[in-house]
Amino acid sequence: MEIIQLLISGMSQGCVYGLIALGFVLIYKATEMVNFAQGDLMMLGAFLSYTFVSVLNFPFMLGIIAAIGSMAAIGAITERLAIRPMIGEPHFSVLMVTIGLGFIFRAASGFIWGSEPKTLDTPYAGQILKINNIIIGYENIVILMATILLCASLVLFFRFTTTGKAMQAASQNQLAAMYVGISVRKINTLVWAVSASVSAAAGILIAPVSLIDPQMGFIGIKAFAAAIVGGFGSLPGAIIGGLIIGIAEQFAGLYLPSGFSEVTAYIILLIVLIARPHGIFTSMHIKKV
Amino acid sequence: MLKARNLESYYGPIAAIRGVSLEAQTGKISVILGANGAGKTTVLKTISGSIEPQKGKISYKEIDITNIEADATARMGIAHVPEGREVFPFLNVEENLLLGAFPRKDPHVKKDLETVYEYFPVLKQRSLQQAALLSGGQQQMLAIGRGLMLRPEIMLLDEPSLGLSPRLVSEIATIIKRLNQERQLTILLVEQNAKLALDIGDYGYVMEAGRIVMEENCERLKQSTDIKEFYLGIKDKGQRGRRRWKQRKTWR
Repeated sequence: MEIIQLLISGMSQGCVYGLIALGFVLIYKATEMVNFAQGDLMMLGAFLSYTFVSVLNFPFMLGIIAAIGSMAAIGAITERLAIRPMIGEPHFSVLMVTIGLGFIFRAASGFIWGSEPKTLDTPYAGQILKINNIIIGYENIVILMATILLCASLVLFFRFTTTGKAMQAASQNQLAAMYVGISVRKINTLVWAVSASVSAAAGILIAPVSLIDPQMGFIGIKAFAAAIVGGFGSLPGAIIGGLIIGIAEQFAGLYLPSGFSEVTAYIILLIVLIARPHGIFTSMHIKKV
Repeated sequence: MLKARNLESYYGPIAAIRGVSLEAQTGKISVILGANGAGKTTVLKTISGSIEPQKGKISYKEIDITNIEADATARMGIAHVPEGREVFPFLNVEENLLLGAFPRKDPHVKKDLETVYEYFPVLKQRSLQQAALLSGGQQQMLAIGRGLMLRPEIMLLDEPSLGLSPRLVSEIATIIKRLNQERQLTILLVEQNAKLALDIGDYGYVMEAGRIVMEENCERLKQSTDIKEFYLGIKDKGQRGRRRWKQRKTWR
């Protein structure tokens, strides 16, 4: 029974890692840069949902939609103001910009909401589901359901909409995408919007489990490990990588000496990098001439 | 239809083309010949807008398109089929082709898809296969087919024969000729394969070291001794049965 319970809480934690990892991968695939402010986008999403739901007293669902929507806008504006001017600059400079953005987001949220941890009031807070001897918190079920829903809608979006196809095209071959008339700049802005809103969803989902404070974005580092484990550049890989790390963490917390659960993510990362340097799922395309 | 005047483009400090002027006439096939590094591809890239020229002017149907980006010129009806089979590797053939019609809003896309399949029957057989798994020649056909899906008024073709077998080269040449004749498609073709280019072209430009050194009707280009000697490899025996070793091009 213990195992099933650990598995479920590990999966829900893993889903959150996976969603943030998805944010990393989306931006990486489209623009070939790593956004180190991804965790902080998640943190902003959590704070915004807190503002809409607990401060402005929006109905819960409406508040969440408003938070995700405003994060999409923030993502798009960030790309437009900070990332687009960096086109053509060395990767290292772009990376520094995203690290700087992370600092700005953290400082700004500390300034706006204060450094005291906040809680998001959810209609499902504190409720538990009991089947035989297994006790599952509602927030875990919500996390799992929401992740499945979100991934399914992303899959549908990429498979069946013209914009989704254009996004795939732009990430696979930027030059050819331009030649068929796709505005790669617009696509990049859109990718940032999607990525920021996926991260915001992760932040909202984890808010009832952990607390909302400006430092919560640091789990972005574990999500980054998850993205690499899954093979940076693979969308399903990001979720699977998150799940692996989330579940392993829970088990390590119970069965290994204390302290291990914090480093499990990186131990797994090392093992995967040694055994399969390109990650578990990879979509490599080597151009043949 | 398309006029370029006195174009100059640079890669960093290096001038790739210097003062190129050319014209693609409506319904004709214009060809640009030249060796490696002559600047042929750069001319096409400058026209379609993926490189900004430092100097010069490009007009398309009397509209100035000098500083317009590549995605915008595509939406205006200029299809650039780049060198080296730039397909979308993880999308299947049909998705690749449909993306060619990305900017179009009209309802004839399905019909055009059938037309492309008719030109390239291989693509129909493989319509659900990932583009990365196609052979080189098939990828080239896919790139041309994707360009057609735009319903372009002019097509910029960059080295369609690159790396193809002789049979495929003549197949592609036939299709280019057919596109020109059946759909009155204006074509600006860049080629290293001088024989192919002169056979299907109407008007030709010869480029060397970033400049246009010769322009002439293709029929007359074929007769020119310089072209024969340096591009077609037809060698004059010489008066004493030996080649003159100091043969020079007349434009040098």
